[in-house]
Amino acid sequence: MIYREAGQFKTTYASDQAMFPVVQDRWVVLALLAAAFTVPTALASEYWLQAILIPFLIYALAALGLNILTGYAGQISLGTGGFMAVGGYAAFKLTTAFPDVNILVMFLGAGLAAAGVGLVFGIPSLRIKGFYLAVATLAAQFFLVWLFNKVAWFSNYAPSGTITAPPHTTFGVMVTGPQASAQARYVVALGFAVLFALFAKNLVRGRVGRSWMAIRDRDIAAEIIGVRPLRTKLLAFGISSFYCGVAGAEYVFLYLGSAETLAFDINLSFLVLFMVIIGGLGSILGSFLGAAFIVMVPIFLTNVPHAMGLGMPVALQKQVELMVFGGLIVFFLIVEPQGLARLWQITKEKLRLWPFPH
Amino acid sequence: MLSLLHAVLVAPFMDMASAPAFFVEVLIGGIAAGLMYSLVALGFVLIFKASGVFNFAQGVMVLFAALTLVGLMEKGAPVALALLLTIAVMVALAFGIERVVLRPLVNQAPIILFMATIGLNFFLEGFGEMLWGANVKKLDVGIPDESVKVAGVLINKLEMSAAGTAAVLVGVLAVFFQRTRIGRALRAVADDHEAALSIGIPLKTIWVVVWSVAGLVALATGIMWGAKSGVQFSLSLIALKALPVLILGGFTSVPGAIVGGLIIGTGEKLGEVYWGPLVGGAIENWFAYALALVFLVFRPQGLFGERIIERV
Repeated sequence: MIYREAGQFKTTYASDQAMFPVVQDRWVVLALLAAAFTVPTALASEYWLQAILIPFLIYALAALGLNILTGYAGQISLGTGGFMAVGGYAAFKLTTAFPDVNILVMFLGAGLAAAGVGLVFGIPSLRIKGFYLAVATLAAQFFLVWLFNKVAWFSNYAPSGTITAPPHTTFGVMVTGPQASAQARYVVALGFAVLFALFAKNLVRGRVGRSWMAIRDRDIAAEIIGVRPLRTKLLAFGISSFYCGVAGAEYVFLYLGSAETLAFDINLSFLVLFMVIIGGLGSILGSFLGAAFIVMVPIFLTNVPHAMGLGMPVALQKQVELMVFGGLIVFFLIVEPQGLARLWQITKEKLRLWPFPH
Repeated sequence: MLSLLHAVLVAPFMDMASAPAFFVEVLIGGIAAGLMYSLVALGFVLIFKASGVFNFAQGVMVLFAALTLVGLMEKGAPVALALLLTIAVMVALAFGIERVVLRPLVNQAPIILFMATIGLNFFLEGFGEMLWGANVKKLDVGIPDESVKVAGVLINKLEMSAAGTAAVLVGVLAVFFQRTRIGRALRAVADDHEAALSIGIPLKTIWVVVWSVAGLVALATGIMWGAKSGVQFSLSLIALKALPVLILGGFTSVPGAIVGGLIIGTGEKLGEVYWGPLVGGAIENWFAYALALVFLVFRPQGLFGERIIERV
């Protein structure tokens, strides 16, 4: 009864195919967006923004990218960290080479660079499938990280190999560099996340998304009905890497401030893959839910023992955290293998019927 | 341009020809390393064959087994007892994994099971370090880590005995799979688990057996690697070394794991020694993957993998 769509008639095809066909959904999403832009910037503390909200938005963007590739096009990738590294280093090179260009444009440029690299590493996907492909994408991960580590040109010959985000303003507000306020960085990250989520949502509803899903569900059958595997798979790799590249640029410029290749190691790839799986494969909302989950759990695990007054040695606490984190992942996979997005769907169903059983 | 081609295509081979003894040393080192990779890959193959699970936790199982063994020995247990207890622990672990992780996840998509093993990976890492501590431990198996000169070629005793162990283990596993009743049941499950179930093969038991065997292989691997480089966290990273071996040899082939290991091991060592300096070294992290990738483009199912027959 709470979530009731009775009486909402669709009189045109356009309204039937709208992104949020139910009125309540539309209002809730709009309200959420408005709140997301205003409430944290006004109320949230520096810690909340820096430690939770900004990484959440950046991870969500990366998870979106991986979800396009793995959830929609069905190509498992473990190279996310590598593609994010391309984004981060490309943004660094671009901003130092062209210091006058708007930083937001540079993020997109970094995304394009990552997309190019992603296309190259997507080529084997035409021959290799499933776990063989997953392992093959590890080649991208290790090779790219090694490349950025070895070739000093990428870090402008910094002796430590560290890249540091130079200060940049956009529309008169400082958004990167050490002086940028957390609020400004948050708004930029949020803007990108919202825009790209919108774009992805429309992409997967349309012709491109359908061909991805056809390839995912049965590639030979898709090929027979006229979906071109080469174009479709490469497009998925390209767009996915674009998202990851923008996320990587944000990771360095908006979150870390400065980074080494170590920040983009294989653990980052796994982390993003976890977000996609826990959030829900093939779901835009799921990417956000998964990112929120994975960002929150370690913070939760660190703070709960403190709050309960259980003083543990640092080493022991780290080990317990690892155990609980691993255990939670297995637990969630068992309880809901289709992810948090599916849980939300079930909740909506329940709300629609409540308080009646059928 | 020409000098580059010369440096890539000609100079390395001239180096090889001009110092044959060194070349043989590198080759033997590569073969020994390759057999060690094979051991890890073998653990993967066993589990993938029997349950279709891509067990990412194999590397941590190696670490866990080695940690348990060393921990028990440090507590004063004699070697034989410690070994027996560790085997018991690995079998218990197999039971636990089957009960807690695999059984509830039966019939899920392969990627879900894969992620579950990554979760298991984190869990075991934390658990092992909590039980036995995170510092580097020395594992002494009584074989000195020293080299002898045979016919002008330096040979490392420890590497040789590791290679020997790997060879024996592979032989035993081959016999186990081909000749024993339970081995036949394992192959039946690998082939078609529904058909196997319908003729009365108990799936749950088979899974426990397979994970136990993989645990024992992990123990053997852990002893060999641990004796070489100490028992520490980095031991679990050899799983990443074994993955290219795995795709090269094919996920489902025991001989593939061995041959793949040898190709990757020798290729990696030769590449590092002769071509590595051209690009600034430290290429062993990705070189194996690139090598495997080149093979895969021509044979997508790996060298010995089952032929992929695709139907609509």
